[in-house]
Amino acid sequence: MSGVQSGMLAYVVRRLWQIVPTLVGVVLLVFFLFNWVGGDPAYLLAGKISNPEQIENIRHQLGVDRPYHVQLWIFIQQIATGDFGASWSTNEKVSEIFATRLGPSLTVLVPLLAIDTLLAIAAAMLVAYVRGSLTDRMVMIGCTVGQSVSILVYIIVFQYVLAYQLGWFPVQGWGDSFSENLFKYSLLPIIVGVIVSLAPDTRLYRSFFLDEINQDYVRTARAKGMGEIRVMWVHVLRNASIPIITNVMIQLPGLLAGAFLIERFFSIPGVGREVILAVERSDFPVIKAVTIYVAIATMIINLIADLLYRAVDPRVQLK
Amino acid sequence: MGPAISDRGSAASAAPDASRDETSRESNPADPLAGVLSEIRQKSPGGDDTGIVDPLADVLAEIRAESGGASLTEAGAPTLVFGGDRWGRDVLKKTIKGTETSMFVGLVAAFLAAFLATVFGALAGYYGGWIDDFFNWFYSVFTSIPYLLLILAIAAVLNQKGTLTVILILGLTGWTGIFRLVRAEYLKHKVRGYIQAADAIGASHARRMFVHILPNVSHVVLVQLSLHVVLFIKSEVVLSFLGFGVGVDTVSWGSMLNEAQSELILGYWWQLVAATVAMALLVTGFSLFTDALRDALDPKLK
Repeated sequence: MSGVQSGMLAYVVRRLWQIVPTLVGVVLLVFFLFNWVGGDPAYLLAGKISNPEQIENIRHQLGVDRPYHVQLWIFIQQIATGDFGASWSTNEKVSEIFATRLGPSLTVLVPLLAIDTLLAIAAAMLVAYVRGSLTDRMVMIGCTVGQSVSILVYIIVFQYVLAYQLGWFPVQGWGDSFSENLFKYSLLPIIVGVIVSLAPDTRLYRSFFLDEINQDYVRTARAKGMGEIRVMWVHVLRNASIPIITNVMIQLPGLLAGAFLIERFFSIPGVGREVILAVERSDFPVIKAVTIYVAIATMIINLIADLLYRAVDPRVQLK
Repeated sequence: MGPAISDRGSAASAAPDASRDETSRESNPADPLAGVLSEIRQKSPGGDDTGIVDPLADVLAEIRAESGGASLTEAGAPTLVFGGDRWGRDVLKKTIKGTETSMFVGLVAAFLAAFLATVFGALAGYYGGWIDDFFNWFYSVFTSIPYLLLILAIAAVLNQKGTLTVILILGLTGWTGIFRLVRAEYLKHKVRGYIQAADAIGASHARRMFVHILPNVSHVVLVQLSLHVVLFIKSEVVLSFLGFGVGVDTVSWGSMLNEAQSELILGYWWQLVAATVAMALLVTGFSLFTDALRDALDPKLK
């Protein structure tokens, strides 16, 4: 047992070590984009009523008058200390923005992802079980049509009909208490989000189940006299869970980046809305910080996903 | 994005404008007439007795008469089959123009992404070694940033709207998925007999990569190309909706949906429906085309 555990530890250490070059790449990419492609931010900041002296002043404050390698070093220090300075437009500290915006994003996105995953698994298993039937075909056609409509339309129509016309939900807004936010303001965003992601996820998970449903072990389980529910929910589900975990894990970093469109439409003060506002205002420090930290989170989540595969399927070898 | 910058820059000089919007009734040092104006308005609830005459009223009436009165938002006007938008522009024409924009952006961006992915994938899969390591590193850098976040970040630094910008953003970020598949195919094909034969007759590396192997992996690229057209069309609509996409002089389904959002509250639903149906038809059509392409080209499918 301890041998397995030390093997696991060695694996985690090796994987963390492998993250380093990717992280360096992300830092270089973001630096290249914002300090080179993005041009001189002093002109953005100074605006129309600027004189050369002011611009020089701002350039010095931002450090962009120094050579590129010094700027890069400043950037790396910012990442390491988590201190990206203040937002260019609101002067709020970037770390403060992150700390206060993450809560609302997670309040909407965690229930959304959980409900969507459970519903999609149940629906996909049902249609995979009755594959080829009229139900299966109707659900698949429904998914295809549902997927072809833009997410924007779902949000606009649901917000208009359910919130504005029928008044079942608040049109938008956000309160101070967690329960009020979750049960009042987040309900409609969660419903819209689940409806949008249910169609593609059901289609995808159905194909995963179909891959498993014709395997020999399923026939063996049935031959042993096992109930259909147990065959589907224990045997087939466990074997189909690896690609499902992969798909859920891919969506996890998105939790930190927030749901851009939903947060914007429903005025939820989350990270996604903050990013859109930052792009509108050319507020580089905020976008830089979000990009870097979400990238780091993505790499760590990928590592956790690989460890989960091992927990789900003991045959998986950690190399 | 242009206006956003100048807004911030001229914040100091434009302060009176901003305050006029916010404080209409109170006496305002920056705008002494605001109080007077609101007083006049209060005295005459009808709002027309202010003595202010629209100097362009005659011209407008003339234009309306010339266009047969179709400049209003009428669903059933005979000249406007799909109705008009809030400014009386033909929704049918806008939908067709929007389709053109989306098709153009989707196709060109998908070709760009597929081209990059094929070149990168071919080099990485064929040569292996440090070239493979380099491209894999490049791939992992791009995929460790969520797709929409990466697109928004690039839109922020490019800081200019336009069809070409959208194509570049989508094409330069969207190659990763295709790259992975093309690389795997090249790994498989480079050790096969026909490549050894090509080597024996003296074919160069480039010739082996792009004349001998490429036709044999082209089905992967074609199916992915078609798949990415749909993905990029959807992304373009979202970008244009947010105002980071095509320029203001270009019609896009995204900008149509943006207008439709405020029109819907006024009860004008037809622009929303026109853009939605057009997009749904195109996306469904392309999805079916992708499936058919896969059935026709992929030899592994039963």
